[in-house]
Amino acid sequence: MTQRKTYILKLYVAGNTPNSMRALKTLRNILETEFRGIYALKVIDVLKNPQLAEEDKILATPTLAKILPPPVRRIIGDLSDRERVLIGLDLLYEELNEETFGYQDDPMLPEPSVTPSDTAADDP
Amino acid sequence: MQESSLANSQGGTSQMQVQKLPTGIEGFDDICHGGLPIGRSTLISGTSGTGKTVLSLNFLHNGIRQFNEPGIFVTFEESPLDILRNAASFGWNLQEMVEQDKLFLLDASPDPEGQDVAGSFDLSGLIERINYAIRKYKAKRVAIDSITAVFQQYDAVSVVRREIFRLIARLKEIGVTTVMTTERIDEYGPIARYGVEEFVSDNVVILRNVLEGERRRRTVEILKLRGTTHMKGEFPFTMGRHGMSIFPLGAMRLTQRSSNVRLSSGVPRLDEMCGGGFFKDSIILATGATGTGKTLLVSKFIEDACRSKERAILFAYEESRAQLLRNATSWGIDFEQMEQDGLLKIICAYPESTGLEDHLQIIKTEISEFKPSRMAIDSLSALARGVSHNAFRQFVIGVTGYAKQEEIAGFFTNTSEEFMGSHSITDSHISTITDTILMLQYVEIRGEMARALNVFKMRGSWHDKGIREFIITSNGPEIKDSFANFERIISGVPHRITSDERSELSRIVRSVESEG
Repeated sequence: MTQRKTYILKLYVAGNTPNSMRALKTLRNILETEFRGIYALKVIDVLKNPQLAEEDKILATPTLAKILPPPVRRIIGDLSDRERVLIGLDLLYEELNEETFGYQDDPMLPEPSVTPSDTAADDP
Repeated sequence: MQESSLANSQGGTSQMQVQKLPTGIEGFDDICHGGLPIGRSTLISGTSGTGKTVLSLNFLHNGIRQFNEPGIFVTFEESPLDILRNAASFGWNLQEMVEQDKLFLLDASPDPEGQDVAGSFDLSGLIERINYAIRKYKAKRVAIDSITAVFQQYDAVSVVRREIFRLIARLKEIGVTTVMTTERIDEYGPIARYGVEEFVSDNVVILRNVLEGERRRRTVEILKLRGTTHMKGEFPFTMGRHGMSIFPLGAMRLTQRSSNVRLSSGVPRLDEMCGGGFFKDSIILATGATGTGKTLLVSKFIEDACRSKERAILFAYEESRAQLLRNATSWGIDFEQMEQDGLLKIICAYPESTGLEDHLQIIKTEISEFKPSRMAIDSLSALARGVSHNAFRQFVIGVTGYAKQEEIAGFFTNTSEEFMGSHSITDSHISTITDTILMLQYVEIRGEMARALNVFKMRGSWHDKGIREFIITSNGPEIKDSFANFERIISGVPHRITSDERSELSRIVRSVESEG
C-alpha cells in the first residue's frame, strides 16, 4: 500500500493583476490535469493580508509555496514555465516513481479545503 | 547640544523649501544643513565596508532615542539577529526597541532554501509588507539595506528596477523619510551599481574609505539634496563607541567666547612675558627642535593646573608613559601623585595606531569624560606624520575647535625639523589657528649651545618681544634676560653688538639696504 501524499500549497498573489490571474489559472490546470493526490490550496492576496506575507516572508508575487510534503519549496513568477513548476512541486518525480498508477482517485476536486483567505483571485 | 541648535537655526531659513528631518548623527545635520529631506528617499552609497549599514541604523536609533519616532529597518543581506548583534557593539540596544514596538526589523534576507523562478513576477509582497509595517508601527523613518542586494536576489534587473521605483513612489506617498544603501565599486566612480541613482537621484550621500598615506580615512560627502542646500566636499568621520561622528570642520563657527581670564603657564617669568599669563580659553603652541624644552613647558603647564586643583589631560604621541614620568621627575614634577589625586590623566598612543579622525574622536571622548580645564598634546607634529596636509589641518581645526567650545586651554607642541635657525611654523598649517606661539630654539653663543625662548605671537595682549635665554635646571625652566648684546638670534648665528647706538644705526642701515 502506498500512502497517498497530501499536498498543502499556498499561492500568494497581489490583487487581480495579470500575473496573479495567469498563475492561478496555470496552477489550477496543473492540479486538474497532472496531479493525482490530495491537496489543499490556499490563495492569499498580499494586498488584503499583508501580515500573512510578513509571517511567511514573501517578497515576490506571485509566489507558490509548497508547505507539505517537505521540503518546503518556493516558486516565484506567473508559473508560465510549466516544467519548472512541476519540478518545483516534485510532481514529475512523483509521476516517474508512482508504480501504483491506477488508483484513480477523483482528480477533479479543485479545492477540497478552501480557506476564507482565498478571496480576490478566486474567479476571473 | 550644539548640533541641535545649529539644526534649528538652519531649519528656519529653509522653511520655505524642503523641510528637513534631523538625523541626530553628530555632525551630519551640520553638513546637510539640518538633516535629510522629510518624506523623501536618500541614497547612501559606498564601497563595501564604508559604514552604510551603521549610518542607516544610527539614523533609526537616533530617531527612536532622541525624537521618539518609530523606525523600520528592511534588511536584505544580514539576518535580523546579526543586525541586533552588530548594533550592540555601538552600545545600541535595538532588542529593547524591538520589544517596545519602536523598531521593526523587516527580514527580507534571502531564503536559504532558494527559490525557483517560473515566469514573470513583481515585488508586491515586499512593498505591501513595508507598507503594512509602517502603518502598524506608525513609523516615520525607514532604512533599506541594501538596494544592491535586491538586485542580487533576482536576475531580472529591469523588473527589480521597476519595483524599486514603485517602492520609492509608495514610500513618498506615505510620507516616511527613507535612507537606502547601495553598493558601489570604485571610490571615485559611478555612484552605484545597477544604475540605482538614476531613479533615486534626489538625494545622494556618498561614504568613502580611502587609503591615504598608508592609513584609512573615512569621509562622507553629500552629493546632492534636491531643492535644498548642504555643505559640499568630503568630511572626515569615525565610527566610534557611540556610532558615527562627522567632523564638519567648515561648519564650526568662530563664535567662541573670548575670555580675559588669565591662567599661569607654571613659569612665573613666562607669565610676565605674556603680559600676565595665557588666556583661559586660548590655544598655545610651543614650537622648536627636539630637546629645546617643549615637554618641560607642557609639564609645568599641567603641574600648575593640578596645583590649583584643576584637572588636566595630556595626550602624548612621542614618549611612553614611563619616559614622561621619568622626565617630569627630573624637573621635580610628580605626575604619578597627580594621577592618584584624580587631577591628571595621561594618554599615550602611537600616532600610527589609528587614523587621525579616530585620534580626534578619542581626544573628544576623553575630554568629555574627564572634563579637564586644561589639555596638552605632545606633540602635534607627531600626528602629522604620514598624513596629508589637508587631513592634518582638519584634525588641528577639529581639536582646537573642540577645546574652544569646551573652554579648555590647550597647550600643543610642534617639533620643528631644523635644529638651528629659523623654522617655518606656517608650514605646519597650525600657526593661524593658535592664539599664542612660543618659539624655542638653539642659539650658538661663544661656542656653546644655548636655548632661546621668545613669545612670537600673543593674540589680544601685550607681550615681551625679547628673545630670552632659557635654561633647564633640576628645578625646571629658568628664563634669563634677553640676549641684548646679540642680534640675528633667530637665524641661529648671532652677532655681538658693541654698543646700543651702533646697533641701532646698523639696524636702520640694514633695513634700508634690504628694502632697496
